[in-house]
Amino acid sequence: MPDNASTPAAMSRHEEAMRILADVPREPGVPKPDPILVADHVTRSFGGLKAVDVSHVEIQRGSITALVGPNGAGKTTFFNLLTGFDTPDTGSWLFNGKDLAGVPSYRVARMGMVRTFQLTKALSKMTVIDNMRLGATHQVGERMLQALLGLWRGQEKTVTAQADELLARFKLLEKREDFAGSLSGGQRKLLEMARSLMTDPTMVMLDEPMAGVNPALTQSLLEHIKGLREQGMTVLFVEHDMDVVRDISDWVIVMAQGSVIAEGPPGEVMRNEAVISAYLGGHHDKALTDSGVSFTEEASGT
Amino acid sequence: MDWSYIFAVMVTSAFGLQAIVFGLAAIGINVQFGYTGLLNFGQAAFMAVGGYAVAVTVVELNMSFWWGVVFGLIGAVILALLLGVPTLRLRADYLAIVTIAAAEIIRLILRSVTFKDFFGGSDGKQAFADGFFAMNFLPPDADLRIGPAVVNESQLFTYIVGWSLVALACLVVWLLVRSPWGRVVKGIREDEDAVRSLGKNVFVYKMQALVLGGLFGALAGFITAVGAQNVNPDSFKTDATFFAYAILILGGAARVFGPVLGTVIFWALFQGTDVFLRQAIDAGVPIVSLMDGTQAAVLRVMLVGLGLMLLMIYRPQGILGDRRELALDAR
Amino acid sequence: MHRRVTAALGAVLVALVALLAFANPAAADGERIGGQLENRVDGKKTPVEGVVITVTGNGFEGSATSGPDGKWEVPVPALGNYDVTIDVSTLPEGVALTEEDKVTIEQVPVKPPLFNGLKTVTFPLGQSTATTTSVWEQAAQLTVSGLEFGLLIALGALGLSIIYGTTGLVNFAHGEIITFGALSTWVLNAGLGLNFFLAAIGGLLLSAAFGWLNNAALWRPLRKRGTGLIAMMIVSIGLALFLRNLFQFFVGGDKKSYTEYAGLAGMSIGPVSVTPTDIGIFITAILALVATVLVLSKSRLGKATRAVSDNPSLAAGAGINVERVITFVWVIGAALAGLGGMLLGFTQQVSFQMGFQILLLVFAAVTLGGLGTIAGAIFGSLVVGLFIQLTTLIVPTELKNVGALLVLIVILLVRPYGLLGRRERIG
Repeated sequence: MPDNASTPAAMSRHEEAMRILADVPREPGVPKPDPILVADHVTRSFGGLKAVDVSHVEIQRGSITALVGPNGAGKTTFFNLLTGFDTPDTGSWLFNGKDLAGVPSYRVARMGMVRTFQLTKALSKMTVIDNMRLGATHQVGERMLQALLGLWRGQEKTVTAQADELLARFKLLEKREDFAGSLSGGQRKLLEMARSLMTDPTMVMLDEPMAGVNPALTQSLLEHIKGLREQGMTVLFVEHDMDVVRDISDWVIVMAQGSVIAEGPPGEVMRNEAVISAYLGGHHDKALTDSGVSFTEEASGT
Repeated sequence: MDWSYIFAVMVTSAFGLQAIVFGLAAIGINVQFGYTGLLNFGQAAFMAVGGYAVAVTVVELNMSFWWGVVFGLIGAVILALLLGVPTLRLRADYLAIVTIAAAEIIRLILRSVTFKDFFGGSDGKQAFADGFFAMNFLPPDADLRIGPAVVNESQLFTYIVGWSLVALACLVVWLLVRSPWGRVVKGIREDEDAVRSLGKNVFVYKMQALVLGGLFGALAGFITAVGAQNVNPDSFKTDATFFAYAILILGGAARVFGPVLGTVIFWALFQGTDVFLRQAIDAGVPIVSLMDGTQAAVLRVMLVGLGLMLLMIYRPQGILGDRRELALDAR
Repeated sequence: MHRRVTAALGAVLVALVALLAFANPAAADGERIGGQLENRVDGKKTPVEGVVITVTGNGFEGSATSGPDGKWEVPVPALGNYDVTIDVSTLPEGVALTEEDKVTIEQVPVKPPLFNGLKTVTFPLGQSTATTTSVWEQAAQLTVSGLEFGLLIALGALGLSIIYGTTGLVNFAHGEIITFGALSTWVLNAGLGLNFFLAAIGGLLLSAAFGWLNNAALWRPLRKRGTGLIAMMIVSIGLALFLRNLFQFFVGGDKKSYTEYAGLAGMSIGPVSVTPTDIGIFITAILALVATVLVLSKSRLGKATRAVSDNPSLAAGAGINVERVITFVWVIGAALAGLGGMLLGFTQQVSFQMGFQILLLVFAAVTLGGLGTIAGAIFGSLVVGLFIQLTTLIVPTELKNVGALLVLIVILLVRPYGLLGRRERIG
């Protein structure tokens, strides 16, 4: 792609990831040379239905990894488990060598693994800039006593400057003082992503970043995701659209009926027999779909 | 019909004891419900803890008034922790049910014959406020006259202390809600998962809001205890909590001065209606005089209920609120 | 839409006033203070004869002796306040005032509204502590009264739960529907002089209509406006305050009894004594609950109800008329609650705040069983009823509700989804 060629640094990160992953065997649960996230035996069932049953999976550091699969494959549930928004029945996973099983969601975020949501959670009754400021971690003014004593004004300036910088990057600066509720669906996705970057993450988990985004904004969102990799972050994202997956991901993990069924670079995975039959023969998934969908709705409604 | 008397009652009620007490209680609910979205339906319990702490400390433990205040504040913190731990991780309506149940538990214990020696049963407790009035710096004849109504120097002293506490509470709320702390709790009010995903310990913030609101409730309890020189289990019924909600929503939730404006207007109208109706009955006004005094008192509460419904339906932001910002109609 | 809500609220008001206006007939000439002395032992009531009651006040003194039916009446010369004293020395052996210090009830107001000029004064009588039964006999008796109370709670809880399940509304005015059932029955029975059974049927129908009205006049318009659930919860608090005081406004603050049923002799089944009234309550409540559960599980509308509870938008997508289901649920729920209130009127007498007083126990039962589940509501109610009665073996009676409410909090701590609820429902 021409615009990629114009940014050699981008090419290098992407190429580096591709080079490292080139020798990795194309099989489910395969070990990676430098994994940032390693999950083992993660299971979660809803009323007898196993929504997630992942025996082993690893995510390569500094790469963009796509998590794909038919509806109800358990991708979002797996996301919720990894980020502490749901509790697994069994399993453990290491993030940067630290055991994350049983760690509450807010602490997962503080440890550098930040997530976004399928149904965007921009706080619509707050201004865009306040949404951004909320993202910053280690704010003294978020402690009650310091807040009362007003010991936060200095830091607020730093936080605001950082927020403005990100807003400029995500082209939201002119919306700074607007309520987030007045933004379009795509702008909310951008805001949510920008806000998550305020936490200074090492790994960004995006749950369907393209859902509900109008085509005009899709390209810009994709560039932003690639930009994360250029800044040295690891990205794991859930996506349905295979064109998007092919365009930006270095590695693809395919889930079906709760398990990882295939892994590999985007081009190869899409020719995989198991993947094709999972997508086409979606008949068995019906029951799972219902459970997966209703769960995410409840979780996001809480 | 003595209009000047009705007016005098409205003015003294707008700034009187009840207005202070319910203003403080409503400020507490504003922190919990208005800013953080927590449905504490047990504010009456926090008021009871404050009031009874002072009474029991002075009368039964023979300790000073100030120890009563200390125990009351500690008691409110403990109560908030007890209520918050099981419920703050659950959906909003669970907190509502548990807090209303806790308030009833506390009231039943306070009025029980079993603990009558300690809490005074349904008669409550008296004669504990001397330590408070010993601080009265006003001269004995410092009466305030508003038309036909007279406010004596003890009442005046209580009002001065009470409104100072209201001002202090407002200052605390103002400082907090414009700080990053306020930003976090407002975020929680709208979507706690979003806030959680940004690394904030939502449970701790909710607990802080519950405790702070409960402390304001305990302050309300102190003022009602010393102002009436009496604590009585039946002044801490569930209706007291609901009155405070009506006041908050009238003035404007999630506004620093919402509860203050609400309480002033509420009590002026509430007591004004009472005097008006009683005078109308005495004057033999048609239709109105079919009621007796009890019915007039009941009618007022009926109107509070109706008012709360209509406010919630047509103007949930109250007088001062901003509908765009208010998360009341979320979920 | 605003105008519609206002009009609807107005309609509720007019309907209520029209109904309750019956309850406020002009005072008949010849005001009396009277009552019925009943010895109430473990839920069994027997009339107490030959007890002397004295009424003093306004320069008047008069007395009466209770008849074979336990009834007594003292005519008073004028409206005003009177002190009423019971002569404890005339009580038969083994019978005592349940509240020993309530020998004199002071300043009893005799003023409109009164029914047939009679101001009812109640002296609660019970077993004197001199005669005691064994713990096991007491436990057996308390189990029966606990089940009875649990069934009454279940009638309220089932309605609350299915309304919550289909609309998400936590209705704090549900207690007032319970009160409405009892009060409307009492108005028809004691006020208009209908035979009790006719009055009961009337009360049931009125309760169902009241539920329909609640939904049609208030909740449906609010749902259409997209009012949030928390906002609706607060509206329901306003409605509860309004209705409770409306009831008090028209019928006053005292406790009332139905006529024509009282004073039936009890019978013993093993160690347990029950009255025909108790048996009637058991049969009626069980029939109503079984019928409701059958309707909800077998009928088309019942199945649609459960579909709406599970997922309203999915149900709507599948061609179910969600609003029709909700109307059905309100009618059924209110009829059940009204029936519960009517039956509660036997065991606790009728008052404007009877529903409000039991509401927290209903909430406890529903939460205990798991919000929104049918079996959970009934199971939770029985647990609460039994718990409240059986704990009186250890806990003072006045604190029995405290235990039940504490258990509610503890259950939430360990099983927030209730005893029968599913874990996923909490989200």
